[in-house]
Amino acid sequence: MIKISNLEKSYGDLKALKGISLEVGKGELFGLIGPDGAGKTTLMRILVTLLTPDKGFATLDGLDVVKDFREIRKIVGYMPGRFSLYQDLTVEENLQFFATVFGGTIAANYHLIKDIYSHIEPFKDRLAGKLSGGMKQKLALSCSLIHAPRILILDEPTTGVDAVSRKEFWEMLDNLRKTGITIMVSTPYMDEANLCDRVALLQNGSVLSVDTPAKIIAGFTRKLLGIKVFNTSQRYGCVALLKELKGVESVFSFGDAIHITCGENGLNAKNVLEYLHGNGQKEVTVESIQPTIEDVFMELMKETSIKN
Amino acid sequence: MEVQTQNREPIIQVRNLVKKFGKFVADDNLTFDVYPGEIFGFLGANGAGKTTAIRMICGLLEPTSGQLKVAGYDGYHEREKIKQNIGYMSQKFSLYEDMTIYENIRLFAGIYGISRKERLAKTDELLKKLQLEESRNKLVGGLPLGWKQKLAFSLAVFHSPKVVFLDEPSGGVDPLTRRTFWDLIYEVAHQGITIFVTTHYMDEAEYCDRVAIMSEGKIVALDTPTALKSQYGADSMDGVFLKIARNKE
Amino acid sequence: MNQLLGFVKKEFTHIFRDTRTMVILFGIPIIQLMLFGYVITTEIKDARIAILDHSNDNVTREIKNKLLSTGYFRLDANLMHENEIEPIFRQGNIKEVVVFERNFAQKLEREGKADIQVIADASDPNTAQMLYNYTNGIIQDYTKKKYAGFTIPVQIKSEVRMLYNENMVGAFMYVPGTMALILMLISAMMTSITIAREKEMGTMEILLVSPLKAHHIILGKVAPYLLLSIIDAFIVVALGNLVFGVPIRGSILVLAFLVVLYITMALSLGILISTVANSQQVAMFISGFALMLPTLLLSGFIFPIENMPVPLQILSNFMPPRWFIDAIKQVMLKGNGFEYIWPNVLILSTMTIFFLVVSVKKFRLRLE
Repeated sequence: MIKISNLEKSYGDLKALKGISLEVGKGELFGLIGPDGAGKTTLMRILVTLLTPDKGFATLDGLDVVKDFREIRKIVGYMPGRFSLYQDLTVEENLQFFATVFGGTIAANYHLIKDIYSHIEPFKDRLAGKLSGGMKQKLALSCSLIHAPRILILDEPTTGVDAVSRKEFWEMLDNLRKTGITIMVSTPYMDEANLCDRVALLQNGSVLSVDTPAKIIAGFTRKLLGIKVFNTSQRYGCVALLKELKGVESVFSFGDAIHITCGENGLNAKNVLEYLHGNGQKEVTVESIQPTIEDVFMELMKETSIKN
Repeated sequence: MEVQTQNREPIIQVRNLVKKFGKFVADDNLTFDVYPGEIFGFLGANGAGKTTAIRMICGLLEPTSGQLKVAGYDGYHEREKIKQNIGYMSQKFSLYEDMTIYENIRLFAGIYGISRKERLAKTDELLKKLQLEESRNKLVGGLPLGWKQKLAFSLAVFHSPKVVFLDEPSGGVDPLTRRTFWDLIYEVAHQGITIFVTTHYMDEAEYCDRVAIMSEGKIVALDTPTALKSQYGADSMDGVFLKIARNKE
Repeated sequence: MNQLLGFVKKEFTHIFRDTRTMVILFGIPIIQLMLFGYVITTEIKDARIAILDHSNDNVTREIKNKLLSTGYFRLDANLMHENEIEPIFRQGNIKEVVVFERNFAQKLEREGKADIQVIADASDPNTAQMLYNYTNGIIQDYTKKKYAGFTIPVQIKSEVRMLYNENMVGAFMYVPGTMALILMLISAMMTSITIAREKEMGTMEILLVSPLKAHHIILGKVAPYLLLSIIDAFIVVALGNLVFGVPIRGSILVLAFLVVLYITMALSLGILISTVANSQQVAMFISGFALMLPTLLLSGFIFPIENMPVPLQILSNFMPPRWFIDAIKQVMLKGNGFEYIWPNVLILSTMTIFFLVVSVKKFRLRLE
């Protein structure tokens, strides 16, 4: 459905996209995962025809983003970062406007947005500027869907929104996917990668990896151990100790655990535990754990920076 | 962060703190203590009352009623003294982009009244630590986001305040930078500076010694992450948050 | 103290590093001083007049020579008949007509008095008054010098008739100018701001990605302001007429046409500005500086163009309001029709088309 081939884009000296190639199949829920500056917004703006690439090409449903931009604008639904809504129009007025601009009516495609809009319908006369983050999110999503697009492109729809709304939003996306619409979402939250069919990990304008979340995790090459420290005041000391341990490649905090990576070099849960006990850290547990997308991301980041 | 919550004198004392804007109650009877050297997390949705509460504690806003003491100073009558003893860093702004790194350091040092001699020594130390010696005359606007973040934080604690407030400090940076940033925070907390942080990243909530969760102007939970997870039967702070939200409905 | 100094130093740094602020602090005062210095001039030079001399004797010739040798006046035409006066004023170049009665010298010698009639174009009452004062002053001076030793007092009486504005009402001059200013404000400034606002708020992105075409967006943005401008113009003219007595001597249709043309011009200018402004602030800044100031100073609104130094006069030709104000005054005060104002219409139309073409070309259907 979406084909991206060797896309490059620079803003003056800054190279935002360094040759991106991707494919998204019809009906897929595809995630672009990466921090600020990775190139997510630039890539999406090219796909919705707001920018033209310097090199490379991209097609949506066979339409070229440069040559066929008018056609693409009819079949794409776009939700930019910051939810661009008209703050001084009401919820209903916003929805009305977007429906009309795309040559339709709210009634025609109401079934598509019903589940989402029902959350905010009680507030339909409230000014969009006075809505909470979660409600703005739902309104923006409704507005982008109201013309029944074939492809939905959402730029960081969950950034800055509370955890509950974030969860609800992904549930809504899951339901949408069932209607056959192709969805591309970008997010800086690594844990949201697991909710997608496939993801691309983006960093500094390059793709680190593209695959299903499960396969990306399976591709993790290092050994990963998770250490839990029960007395939080000991944590700092524990981290210091681990950094000194020979054979440990990286030490990072992950929520309430400390993740360390090592090669196949003989370090395992048992001898790391002994090392910590031996150095005064009694209230700890060590176990071999499965990596998360974030672990993989950080490992890939390290590899690329070593290469450069 | 050597924290013994029972024996030490709290650095921030809040009792029945209320803030009203007209009839709207932004903060409704807040009561909690924060101890020196603690990393204290303040969570909650936008509009829950976090920002208002922080503003009162920073001395930026006068409370409507209740008691407030920060670093020994009263939150109604000694707000200027409070400001002199705290540091502040926010996601939206902390540095002047059209000034060089060195100029920024000099400015903040000047604002907090650090003597010239002390400032010069500390500046060299800071630049060396962040590996920015070569860049001292570069404009801040040209720095990558991660460096700006570390620099902003370092400037917030440059004058060795008793408490430093971090308002969503790590929005948008990559996971690696976020962690090296928290390493910095840990180091600073280890030196005895109290950290008061708000965040949307639930895993960062785990890095805190204790966490308060606000909702609709009230504190609905306050404890260590471990205790909260146990209390709500969740295996992550994310789960705790969701359980609390669902309980409300 | 250190804190204060440190902070002040920072402020200076910001100022010196921001070109825009530097322009405001240094560039604008200099420009303004030069402009005001030259524009607000109260001297007359080479004012174009016509003379209708019924006598053509030695006295009138002497008076004419005296008038013309001062450098204040320039003789554009010698009229033969009364009925040439009206048309020549309508044409607009002549500001004053001096009429000598029959048998001027004889009357002076025999009766000790003769009459000169001065007719001045008072659509700009201040200039008219000044021209008359100068004229009269020269005449009285002549009388004093020539007939100094006479026993019977000799008097040349000059009577002035302020054409088009008998009572020298200032509003006659200000109402057309105000209209130009207001319409420029609403049509250009507001239009540029509203488009810039969409860009600033980020909603422009969504509009661009929709099937809306460029001209849809532009027309949609412009239509409300067009309507409001027309209503405003109507109010200004009505108020001017009812409260200040500013007449509408020409055709109302021509007036309406002129107004709509000017508004269209201003709207297209506003769109042009919005294509280069990315924020409301920038749009307002450009509008204020590039539109308001020239409209006030260089369009002939308050300060007559003929009195400005030549470079400024040339500059004034590029100001759309100048042509509009001139045409409006002609229609309202002199009752002129298309035969006289066609150059103005042509120029305004050309400007409008130019702005529109450039705007549409520049209005990017993409973000860059």
